Amino acid sequence: MMTRGMTNIVKTTTRLICGVIFIFGIYLVSHGHLTPGGGFAGGTVMAGAFILLVLAFGDDVKHLRKTEEGSSTLENLAILLFLLMGVAGMLFGANVFFKNFLEAGTMGELFSAGVIPFLNILIGIEVAAALFTVFLAFVIFKEEEK
Amino acid sequence: MEVLIAIIIVLMIAGSIYTLHSRDLLSAVISYGITGFGLVICFLLLQAPDLAIAQILVEIITLIIMISVIRISTREDVTERSTIHIKGVRYINMRTAAYIVTGAVFMIALLYFFMDATVLLDPFGVHQVRMSAAYMEVGAAITGSANLVAGVLFDFRAYDTLGEATILITAVIGILTVLRLKGRR
Repeated sequence: MMTRGMTNIVKTTTRLICGVIFIFGIYLVSHGHLTPGGGFAGGTVMAGAFILLVLAFGDDVKHLRKTEEGSSTLENLAILLFLLMGVAGMLFGANVFFKNFLEAGTMGELFSAGVIPFLNILIGIEVAAALFTVFLAFVIFKEEEK
Repeated sequence: MEVLIAIIIVLMIAGSIYTLHSRDLLSAVISYGITGFGLVICFLLLQAPDLAIAQILVEIITLIIMISVIRISTREDVTERSTIHIKGVRYINMRTAAYIVTGAVFMIALLYFFMDATVLLDPFGVHQVRMSAAYMEVGAAITGSANLVAGVLFDFRAYDTLGEATILITAVIGILTVLRLKGRR
């Protein structure tokens, strides 16, 4: 039987740190309005966790293609919701595109700064899905060439 | 300034119309450059030098990439002589002369507007805090965001962020399209 992916050392290390990397990405995105980081940085970290999984364990092309379809759809949905948030600012706020229409709240709390955390999360999802989609596209292209 | 921008926009429109109707791909790409460089001058006139720098870089890079693509792909050459001999008498091809005159006029016009636009800018090395001062003073209070970078990125400049996300999605669509060509065959 042909073993897929890399050696056992890499697989075990990946199993240990992959979840930590993903949670760190979620932290960066969700605390983007409080601490350094944000949607772009956190999304890249989250995509890194997925890319590490695919690199270490490998997958067959059929399943990869299904995953790519899912991540591509997620990416499109995220940017659509981002745009709708801007339109919502126009509807509820003072007719300004991307108006911060929610209450600012107390500075320093997790639920503060109005729409900024939501926009951060959407951008994080968008960046993560986009990078993962690009990576998967290249992997599928390489696998099909064999 | 509005008059200058209007003139530049007319030049840009003329360049893009020629791009649509030109026979030669290379001249189409070069006349397409008028649009980009006209936009650079518009940005300079509107006192946005950082945008102008980004635009001029993007314009030059895309021009180089497009010209290299045309060089290695099927370029449809229009062979046209600058002079025509009829019964031993040499006539100058009027269309070639018109091309040369138009090119020179466009170059001089763009150079003139460029010189005109750079006069308005701050001297080299002098910084401007028109916008930044206001952001730093009231940014945290208005947005309620402890991280001022996120506050600027997603509140004051959320429209910019939408553009960045659009660039990302366009890149993904492009990569998927290019890589799928193989599967369709």
